[in-house]
Amino acid sequence: MPIKFPFSRRVAPSDTWTKCPACEAQVFNRQLERSQRVCPSCGHHFRMSVGERIDLLLDPGSFQERDAGLESVDPLGFHDDRPYPHRLEASRIKTGLRDALVWGVGTIAGHRVAIGIFDFRFMGGSMGSVVGEKLARCFEAALVERIPAIVVSASGGARMQEGTLSLMQLAKTTAPLVRLDDAGIPFIAVLTDPTTGGVLASFASLGDVIVAEPKALIGFAGARVASDTVGEEMPAGFQSAEFLLEHGFVDAVVPRAELRATLARLLRLLPVAPADEEADTDRRGPLATLSGLAERLGGAVGETIGIDTEADLNGNGVGRTPAPAAERRVPS
Amino acid sequence: MLEATGQPSEAAEERAWGRLQLARHPQRPRTLALVTEIFDDFVEMHGDRAFGDDAAIVGGPALLGGQPVMVIGHQKGTDTDSNILRNFGSPHPEGFRKAQRLMRLADKLGLPLITFLDTAGAFPGPAAEERGQAEAIASSIKLMTGLQVPIVVVVLGEGGSGGALAIGVGDVVLALENSVYSVISPEGASSILWRSRDEAPAAAAAMRMTADDQLALGVVDVVIPEPGEGAHTDVTGTAVAVKAAIVAALRDLAERGTAELLATRYARLRSMGAYLETGAPSGRRVEAPSLRRRLGRILRLPGVPRRSRWSDIWPSGTADDEAERGA
Repeated sequence: MPIKFPFSRRVAPSDTWTKCPACEAQVFNRQLERSQRVCPSCGHHFRMSVGERIDLLLDPGSFQERDAGLESVDPLGFHDDRPYPHRLEASRIKTGLRDALVWGVGTIAGHRVAIGIFDFRFMGGSMGSVVGEKLARCFEAALVERIPAIVVSASGGARMQEGTLSLMQLAKTTAPLVRLDDAGIPFIAVLTDPTTGGVLASFASLGDVIVAEPKALIGFAGARVASDTVGEEMPAGFQSAEFLLEHGFVDAVVPRAELRATLARLLRLLPVAPADEEADTDRRGPLATLSGLAERLGGAVGETIGIDTEADLNGNGVGRTPAPAAERRVPS
Repeated sequence: MLEATGQPSEAAEERAWGRLQLARHPQRPRTLALVTEIFDDFVEMHGDRAFGDDAAIVGGPALLGGQPVMVIGHQKGTDTDSNILRNFGSPHPEGFRKAQRLMRLADKLGLPLITFLDTAGAFPGPAAEERGQAEAIASSIKLMTGLQVPIVVVVLGEGGSGGALAIGVGDVVLALENSVYSVISPEGASSILWRSRDEAPAAAAAMRMTADDQLALGVVDVVIPEPGEGAHTDVTGTAVAVKAAIVAALRDLAERGTAELLATRYARLRSMGAYLETGAPSGRRVEAPSLRRRLGRILRLPGVPRRSRWSDIWPSGTADDEAERGA
């Protein structure tokens, strides 16, 4: 084993430069790494890996990954020109990730957040059962711990190889947002290049605040699908972050250098609402996760957060009897 | 789970493709045809109160055996002219926003909601993008997950991706025998995954889009048998079968209180998907820090990070190949 002098340069990767797709400048990889993967000559934002995104946004050393062990299975036995498990394995080897999303808890300028981050390199950041499950758990953790939720998306959409189970992840990731609304917990969506299809048609469009990176491709249908269907060329800049800003679907287009500071400001300006002691006035009834927690911790928590643990133990799966006003709604 | 072995067989392709052709059959009864058969009265309401009226989605209050309910459905045409009017059943954002308006009204008055799915998908054109197609679908889904009234979903023909799910989140999902439900059209899947539009039958089989397969996956709860050779041969018979299934589903749901209804709906959505919980730690292991890094950290040498970074575990690859796409 060769002995390395402590000052020796890092071993350069085999291709030491990358060509910028926007201005065609040759950018040294080391320089790209130092400039947060933004082209120094034209400002083009290259895609980032999950790891780089964590280092960019979160306080150093604060991120703790959760549910790292979730793994995709092959529910349909899907086979196109090669089996789905082979594609998964290839993506795992390429990225070192288990699936296209990593979620965990960390701090941004001292604000504790539950954050989910996509990695586009893992099967195009596509959302299958694992991504959906992790996002749902991310939102539910935000609910239980009463901390803001953030999702940084980079995804082609739902994962075709899991069929309608992927489609159902749209609903699965959206349902917890209703509970965040009721509990007064903010959700910030960060849209990066590219955010399309089923990911945009679910939680990513539903942020209380939506910020996007400059020139990111953001749209419902791919431009190719759109021009195939409509039979005409799409206008230039169609489906860019700036297009969405102009049409009122994002709040701000934020350059990467300012992203962390912008999130920190938003977290300060949009705090979690004070916990409602009278949780039973919640018109949607109790939160299953909270009542689950109450069950585990016994009556003590139940009293402080206003959940009737007795009712839950009676086995109806619901922590509180519905308010009479809600009962009125039930048609006979 | 379903049996899984290699590429779909020819027989499987034929079966899936046959079902798809029936689901797309030009004479297949559409939402309005069935609504007039199933319900005693129906008043169609128009417009999203913001932009316009989308003929690809129809809806309004109706009477089901004397009980008022709210009905929403995709509407395909029956001939060329009506298909152009209905945009072949592919809604624009204003269609979904009209649906949302009707859902809120149902919620306000406590009317059970019954939706009929029959669309190849939401329209992907530039006008739809400009008016927020993705936002319209997302907010419809969100609204449905929290509605305080029972929701029964009926898949009539094609359940096409997000455009179908936007009015397809329910407590019970019924599907006609020859209907299909998929995350992307087989033609779309074929052109993305097989890089040719000719492999649509293989894609249809691989995606397991028939009603029976969806029942096995848990996406659909009940499959409604169709009369004769298919729904297009007997509209009245189909309506009778659909009506019976809706009434049975509503009877079961009526026993649930609002809180239980919402908790059960949440649990149903939450349970969708298949994955393995390994409990393994994250990603690939970081190599033990080199002598240079260990010394550098102590001596604070330039270029040596003070602590290990996540980008050391998950760095960007050098090659940005983006062959994989989602839907």
